[in-house]
Amino acid sequence: MSLAFTPLHALHRELGARMVDFGGWEMPLNYGSQIEEHHTVRRAAGMFDVSHMAVVDLQGTAVRMLLRYLLANSVDKLRAPGKALYSCMLNQKGGVIDDLITYFLDEQHFRMVVNAATRDHDLAWIRAHAADFEVEVTERKDLAMIAVQGPQARERVIALLPEADRACVEAASRFTAVASDGLFIARTGYTGEDGFEIVLPVARAEPFWRQLLDVGVRPAGLGARDTLRLEAGMNLYGQDMDEDSTPLEAGLAWTVAFDEGRDFIGRGALEQQRSSGVPRQMLGLVLDQKGVLRHGQQIDAMCGKGEILSGSFAPTLGKSIAFARLPAGDPGEVRVQIRGRFLTVRVVNYPFVRAGKPAAGV
Amino acid sequence: MNEIPGDLKFLKSHEWARLEEDGIIRVGISDHAQGLLGDLVYVELPAVGDQIQAGSACAVVESVKAASDVYAPISGEVIEINEALNDRPEVINEDAFGAGWILAVRAGNPEELKALIDPDAYAELLESEDH
Repeated sequence: MSLAFTPLHALHRELGARMVDFGGWEMPLNYGSQIEEHHTVRRAAGMFDVSHMAVVDLQGTAVRMLLRYLLANSVDKLRAPGKALYSCMLNQKGGVIDDLITYFLDEQHFRMVVNAATRDHDLAWIRAHAADFEVEVTERKDLAMIAVQGPQARERVIALLPEADRACVEAASRFTAVASDGLFIARTGYTGEDGFEIVLPVARAEPFWRQLLDVGVRPAGLGARDTLRLEAGMNLYGQDMDEDSTPLEAGLAWTVAFDEGRDFIGRGALEQQRSSGVPRQMLGLVLDQKGVLRHGQQIDAMCGKGEILSGSFAPTLGKSIAFARLPAGDPGEVRVQIRGRFLTVRVVNYPFVRAGKPAAGV
Repeated sequence: MNEIPGDLKFLKSHEWARLEEDGIIRVGISDHAQGLLGDLVYVELPAVGDQIQAGSACAVVESVKAASDVYAPISGEVIEINEALNDRPEVINEDAFGAGWILAVRAGNPEELKALIDPDAYAELLESEDH
């Protein structure tokens, strides 16, 4: 099967990116050193091409009602235009079909950004339910998306905007999007740093990326994106949760709203788990010695056997961290099997990194 | 990609061997291999005095992305290890054919070198892997 390209594909090549197949898309893994790119985002500003993700517009008079039913988080938290909500979309068993961000534009129009690897399945699922609510579902293939992240990200982006818009974009609070000059600028991200995710017309992606380069924003690839999000304690769909795990088992209970009287897909299964006990838990782990925790490694704990979900070397910490799935209960001493040896790991609260620094206790 | 130095011999698994004076053979991984692995974060070295066997794992290089065995291109006794890699494994990323060497052995049988492939054949191998 041939790989899909984003509108920035040729530019990545020009910038010397090492490209990799990511969910059917040929995407930049790094532009040299993923660790340097990671540090750039923690300390200054980096940018990621995230155009492989799907922007989906939902329009109709009953769009809010559709989303009340479709999402585990409560779309009724969205009242101010531009406001964003992170949520899981569940199947009837409470398993996670995808995690996504929904933006409230107006009462007739919400926007979703969903994962690349799940886009076709997501769209089929959303369309199947949207029909009942007479909501129109449009996949915005005419739009690209660039994430600019890091402590200097916002000022760099704002400097490129028309002067008249700057104050408004500057004032946008976290998890809110504003429009400026044909750009949809959301103060969201997947790195734990401040910054923007910018949705823009395909034709403007390359010139805008070059403008960002000119003001000192450095390109960063999927390698850095993965270590940044893991340090920030953010789940990766397909690795940390999927259709066979519920948000309650994946450390995402905070994203589920059991608001009274709202019937959402998967609610029954989640309530049953809550009343009979959630069978599995997700833990944050740190390895204080040499070695790297990686997906699929086996875990031994007092509460039973489990495995590493996301695991990686964490550049900000200089050691390895991971999420692990284990049976519910007191984990006690936890050991991981790495290349035939058992090493002791520490259970910690995550995020592992906050504001560019190791979190307390990590 | 870096030029492949003409005085090296290679394993298909991307290790290099350089015959030095007095029958000492220095071993590392190729520039192509470090590129595939990406940023290295740990190197597990053998101990000086260890006996290594041609074709068997003699060290481990671990990057953010993956852990990979380093296979010995030749049998012999480890007489030197590159301890600088304990603190700065990225030296392999920066200079795989030079300062990023991993270990040196006194070969039991230098004839084993003849079983390795020369730089041209190695370059061809990389070409064919690209397609």
